[in-house]
Amino acid sequence: MKREAKTKKAVQVAIVGGGIIGTLTARELSRYQLDVLLLEKEAEVGWGTTKANSGIVHAGIHEDPGTLKAKYCFPGNQMFPRLCEELDVSFKQTGILVVALAEEEMDMVHMYYQRGLERGVPVRLLSREEVLAQEPNLSEDVVGSVFAPEGGAVMPFELAAAAMENAVANGAELMTESPVIGAWVEGEKKYLETPTHIIEADVVINAAGLFADEIARMFGDDYFRILPRKGEEYLFDLELAGLVNSIIFPVPASKISKGILVIHTADGNIMIGPTSDNVPAKDDLGTTYSGFERIFSETRRLVPGLDPRKVITQFAGLRAASDRGDFIIEFSPNVPGLLHLAGIESPGLTAAPAIAADVPKMLEEQGFKLTPKENFQPRREGVVRFRQLSRKEQDELIRQNPAYGRMVCRCETVTEAEIVDAIRRGARTLDGVKFRTRAGAGRCQSGFCQPVIMEILSRELGIPAEQVSKRGAGSEQVKYEAKELLGKGVS
Amino acid sequence: MRKLEVDVAIIGGGPAGLAAALAAHDQGAAEVLIIERNHELGGILQQCIHHGFGLHRFKAELTGPEYAQRFINELKDTDIKVLLETMVLEVTKDRTIYAVNSREGMLEISAKAIVLAMGCRERTRGALRIPGKRPAGIFSAGTAQRYMNIDGYIPGRKAVILGSGDIGLIMARRLTLEGAKVEAVVEILPYAAGLARNVVQCLEDFDIPLHLESTVTEIHGDDRLEAVTIAKVDENWRPIPGTEQKIECDTLLLSVGLIPENELSSGAGVELDPVTNGPKVDDTLMTSIPGVFACGNVLHVHDLVDNVSKEAERAGAFAAQYALDKLPAPPRRIKVEAGENIRYVVPHEISLERPVEFFMRVQRPEADVYLDLGGLRRVKKPFVRPSEMLDITLSVEQLSKLEGDTLRVRIVSGKEAGVDA
Repeated sequence: MKREAKTKKAVQVAIVGGGIIGTLTARELSRYQLDVLLLEKEAEVGWGTTKANSGIVHAGIHEDPGTLKAKYCFPGNQMFPRLCEELDVSFKQTGILVVALAEEEMDMVHMYYQRGLERGVPVRLLSREEVLAQEPNLSEDVVGSVFAPEGGAVMPFELAAAAMENAVANGAELMTESPVIGAWVEGEKKYLETPTHIIEADVVINAAGLFADEIARMFGDDYFRILPRKGEEYLFDLELAGLVNSIIFPVPASKISKGILVIHTADGNIMIGPTSDNVPAKDDLGTTYSGFERIFSETRRLVPGLDPRKVITQFAGLRAASDRGDFIIEFSPNVPGLLHLAGIESPGLTAAPAIAADVPKMLEEQGFKLTPKENFQPRREGVVRFRQLSRKEQDELIRQNPAYGRMVCRCETVTEAEIVDAIRRGARTLDGVKFRTRAGAGRCQSGFCQPVIMEILSRELGIPAEQVSKRGAGSEQVKYEAKELLGKGVS
Repeated sequence: MRKLEVDVAIIGGGPAGLAAALAAHDQGAAEVLIIERNHELGGILQQCIHHGFGLHRFKAELTGPEYAQRFINELKDTDIKVLLETMVLEVTKDRTIYAVNSREGMLEISAKAIVLAMGCRERTRGALRIPGKRPAGIFSAGTAQRYMNIDGYIPGRKAVILGSGDIGLIMARRLTLEGAKVEAVVEILPYAAGLARNVVQCLEDFDIPLHLESTVTEIHGDDRLEAVTIAKVDENWRPIPGTEQKIECDTLLLSVGLIPENELSSGAGVELDPVTNGPKVDDTLMTSIPGVFACGNVLHVHDLVDNVSKEAERAGAFAAQYALDKLPAPPRRIKVEAGENIRYVVPHEISLERPVEFFMRVQRPEADVYLDLGGLRRVKKPFVRPSEMLDITLSVEQLSKLEGDTLRVRIVSGKEAGVDA
């Protein structure tokens, strides 16, 4: 489409990127009387780095002093209980253990303990016996541990989707499948070009994750780089639930990563990972033989009972690390009104609520006047999770809405009504339904329910099945109708 | 909550559940109930539109739906009750079943006997840990079969099939008949995993190449699958560097094994066999929980539906006897043990009170061997293959000669056996 033919739209704040940073920022700004627009290149929010995040809400003991990571991590952690309650997303405050497997590793354990005390992070030192009492399936080699009870786990995609839904309910606007393909400044205004729109904005917030450096460069603002760093994760069958009760870190061997962990996810599955490998390409989301081997050899030192045969799925994500080795949270020194929230790698998810809460303050410091909305609704409409209800509640629910009596996903016990609700809230794809409801996330990996979910998506969205995709245009699952290929001479 | 009481409750209305229900009814159980999650009976047979079912049982080559229909028709002449679109959520030790459907909400069903007949599911990419990206276009073979035969969609135009299990072989032919191109079937073993007749009728007859001792080592494509890399493997199933070959395709089907669906069983506390992934059963097909029986692919993965029906009929009949209080606990229990080149044997335990039909699979192919049942019976087998179940019966008279409390089943070579038995 020619630039002249595109729809023009003026807003006060445009956010580029619907990851956890962009969506929580949109929600924070929707507290004020502001036109806020979020542009997301994928079919749904949370599709990039956020989706593949480990989901750990860090305690705030790992980050080196003096970094922005340290500045935002613990305050972010403290915001999670209320945030997750308001947005009705699952948050399991399982606690975090950093486990020493040899005497010489106890120095680091004491260092984390001291750091916790200095920062006001609740921490306890545990003896070998105390750790094993708490985590009986840990290696016999455990020497001692530091325990941070306020660490935990969320489902990062669920949180991003919920934050966006709440932001939209409070007046923010979301445009999906809207990659920014051009950006420039004219006078006081900044412009963003998508395949269909020209957006004029007073403030642009760059929360583009892996692509934040490219967005900055489109504005002629070229002073940092995003260096993708891959992390592979392996997820186990719920059958292994209970093997560990908390999130278990080793004492890290290097300063770059926190090591490979055993994670009790917010959904109750056990997950292990991530690796930490610098990769050249921002689309390198493949898992590898080497990643599998390293993850299992590292984590089985901690928890010997991790059985590779019980893996139900694996995936990889890319951390959007900056060449500064720290978050970049600042107005551009070159383009007035361009705010970078970039280089958000671990503990970015934990820090996200605190970073988002700082954005209105940063805007005010730049002279923007913000007026709070009187009718801001912090609470998202609650989500029904059929599997979590009592038999009596389930019975009553089916009487109110018979679609709760139609089981779609047998492995995770997800009903048709929950899927329809997820679509009403913004799910557009098979992955979108899966991440919101868990339908298809279980042990059969959607083998049985995918055709049914496809039918529901097709019906609710009014599109043919051939247009229902895994995660947006180009990822359609079934491509042809029966007999369509006959006589076409495929070779 | 609606409460029901029945003599025999059967979980699953596929081939196993149907045969079990009819047999339970024939044994005189008054209230027999089938609980089925789909909107129709027949289970996975309804999407198996190819022929080849019923050769043993009906001496006819039926399609899957035809085979199922014979049982469904028989059911119509009985007072067996059927609950469709009803999902069982829980089975308890004391034989209470909790199930939901959209018409009645939550059901609490108390059963004097329960037959587990939930079937199996397919192994997934995750279980295989194939490295690479996660584009659209990767299906388990059965899911693709359902898309094609029930919903009327073709997944793509160029396919590679990983695994030479029967569903994969059948789908290779099916895709070809629909105008898609199957570039390769890739099997990690040195022989095909599916039935010999399917290798001939589905691959050889259509010139589809079968790559043995090979596997998929990488998946390519961001949004939709674009290609897979396949490679030869060594004896430890590790890819051999330098043998990689990239094949362009938009579809990858996985036919890499079936897993009995025993989440309800283990929830109830039924003891499982780690080899079959199904319940441990005795010669009445009763599990470790009294009054709970199992049959069909939930017990162990079968080769032919004819064998499922046969086994399920016994489970249904014994369940009815239990419900009618006609199945006393046996005085003696004999353990059945898998010996040389036997991967598993069902049942796991016998009583000597009744003739026993044993189902078993071997670990590796062998020619010119004997199947030996604790020295009580020895049968010559020109071939044994993991893909084909072995089926053999011992009479009460043969069993009466057993010494000790273990029956060892094994494959012995012609040499060792010496003479034909």
